Amino acid sequence: MSEKRDSGSRLGDGLAQVGALGLFLLQVLAAIPRSLRYFAETVRQIFFVGAMSLVIIITCGLFIGLVLGLQLYEVLSRFGSTASVGTVVAIALYRELGPVITALLFAGRAGTSITAEIGLMRATDQLAAMEMMAVDPMAYVVAPRFLAGIVAMPLLACIFNALAIFGSHLVAVSWLGLDNGTFWSNMTGAVDVWTDVMNGVWKSAVFGAVVTLVATFQGYTTAPTSEGVAYATTRTVVYSSILTLVIDFLMTAFLM
Amino acid sequence: MSAISTSHTDELVRIRGLRTQLGSKVIFDGVDLDIPRGRVTAIMGPSGTGKTTLLRHITGQLVPDAGEIVVDGHDLSKLDRNALFDLRERIGYLFQNSALLTDFSVFENVAFPLRQHARLPEELVRNVVLMKLQAVGLRGAAELMPAELSGGMARRVALARAIVRDPTLLIYDEPFVGLDPIALNQVVKLIRVLNETLGLTSIVVAHELSAVSRVSDEIYLLAAGRVAAHGTPQELVRGATDWTRQFFGGEADGPVPFHYPARDYAADLGFAQVRP
Amino acid sequence: MTQRRSHQIGTGLFILLGFTALGYLATQTTSLANYRQGPTYALKARFTNIGQLKLRAPVKVAGVRIGSVTDIQLEPDRLEALVTLAVDRRFNQLPDDSAASVFTSGLLGDQYVALKPGGSPDMFKDGDEIILTQSSVQLEELIGKYLVGSGDSPARKPEEAKPADPAPATPDPATH
Repeated sequence: MSEKRDSGSRLGDGLAQVGALGLFLLQVLAAIPRSLRYFAETVRQIFFVGAMSLVIIITCGLFIGLVLGLQLYEVLSRFGSTASVGTVVAIALYRELGPVITALLFAGRAGTSITAEIGLMRATDQLAAMEMMAVDPMAYVVAPRFLAGIVAMPLLACIFNALAIFGSHLVAVSWLGLDNGTFWSNMTGAVDVWTDVMNGVWKSAVFGAVVTLVATFQGYTTAPTSEGVAYATTRTVVYSSILTLVIDFLMTAFLM
Repeated sequence: MSAISTSHTDELVRIRGLRTQLGSKVIFDGVDLDIPRGRVTAIMGPSGTGKTTLLRHITGQLVPDAGEIVVDGHDLSKLDRNALFDLRERIGYLFQNSALLTDFSVFENVAFPLRQHARLPEELVRNVVLMKLQAVGLRGAAELMPAELSGGMARRVALARAIVRDPTLLIYDEPFVGLDPIALNQVVKLIRVLNETLGLTSIVVAHELSAVSRVSDEIYLLAAGRVAAHGTPQELVRGATDWTRQFFGGEADGPVPFHYPARDYAADLGFAQVRP
Repeated sequence: MTQRRSHQIGTGLFILLGFTALGYLATQTTSLANYRQGPTYALKARFTNIGQLKLRAPVKVAGVRIGSVTDIQLEPDRLEALVTLAVDRRFNQLPDDSAASVFTSGLLGDQYVALKPGGSPDMFKDGDEIILTQSSVQLEELIGKYLVGSGDSPARKPEEAKPADPAPATPDPATH
């Protein structure tokens, strides 16, 4: 009995959370025009969520590329088609791996810091102080971070992809001896700018919005205690990762 | 800022019949309260009586369930968002934990309200900020970051920020909490001096009796959702209601019970059955 | 103020780096790269069947890309496919008796046009037609031909044989 009620109320809580997130999105969108006067703040946030995530994106991109190169070379050599290592790496990266892995890393690096920062602002009354100084925290704090996520994520994904291609080239060509021309000509023959590269760019822009939306929401609505901020940070990673993958599926299935 | 109100009443803030319920808990049950212009009014009360909630009502952050709140001639319930923001620009608010913006230096924190609401030449911003920092004695700390300040210094910086736009009303939420005696006396002196030199109206929420009686002209004592006592500090200390005696005497038990409401003690321990 | 300035510079560098990466990916790793190979000259070739050959498919000599397919049309009178190739001008030493074939890269890969150099002293010029062509080899045709030609079970029709796995039924390499 009690278990049933528990799972029922949990489902209710989950739905309430989704609904609250949706309402929060509307508030953020409504605040964007007002946030344009804080353009400098948006620029600053692009620095924090974008440039500060570069190290992890570059490192992970390079290693993902190295691993992809090794694995695909091994598997494709069973079919005698090692020539398409570059093609498979590029298409897998552009369409799926680049945007998704970058979004997950972004959630861990930038998402958590956004939640912790806004949560701390909530806990130390900085948000209330802004309200009292007649500055709308939605426009000054939340919207610039949201916009910064939308701008920074596609750029991070592109940097990630470039490094991963470089890594797979390193393995396949410099190490395993695949012909350089074959690697590139197969790739350039099969990869399309719009259906592959730009497709991934749009996707990662959406993921950037999803991650920063969840992160700002969790920070904004956190319980104003250190414990509350810690929980909110965890929830940011969990929820934004799940939401990213769900939306990825929906976009791939119905839009692309 | 010559925000002299159109109404010629003597009160800057007038509250009538305030009723507020948060969840199932009744916070205010018919509070009438006047904050006179140009004076320092203290609001005291045991923890949990909703002193901070009252401040949030006065600044329009929280809408009451019933009652009328008039600030400087404006009925808050009739103001839209923009008008409310305009009103707030004339209210300075000192938060309990200072609420300085972590990312900005002391100077930028004090300059923040100026930069947000007025396009002033940088020269003027600098002069105004340094004047306010001088007033709180921290001009030398302008380039420090909030993390480098002690609690007392942070509160004085927050005070400089609260007065940077020359407000009509200045609200202090627990300004004495967690300060050593020196810092506490500095804040007491500042509240008095600022109120006199800037012609402010001040509201101080606190429960340190000695500090409050030195700083305030009038005291409201809130308890159990109502105004339990009202008068000058001397009157209240001399006055002899149960509330004031317990609160100012610091007695552990009285109208504010030591025990949280509970079932009968004996029954809870299981001795009730013994007796028929 | 200086801190704010350094953030602005950092943001600028970051955006620059990101767009450089995007520009690199878009122009160097996609089919766009093939458009920017400098001046080309055109060759035409007729095929009875081009299979799955598509626009922008590569043109290769000895397995190395030298150009791409720029146009595919059906000639209404002869009912043959007329394919136009754009070949990089650097490779203007192709003998005019070279042969063109539509091949498949790997077992199931994309199709491309392979040029096999001949021995003529004269070279192709812009707009020339390649006379010697070999059409795409269709996997289905190949399987059907094999099954009928091997004569193991003449009663079986190709349609029936199709679902059967052809791989284990090839003990005799002589049929090729």
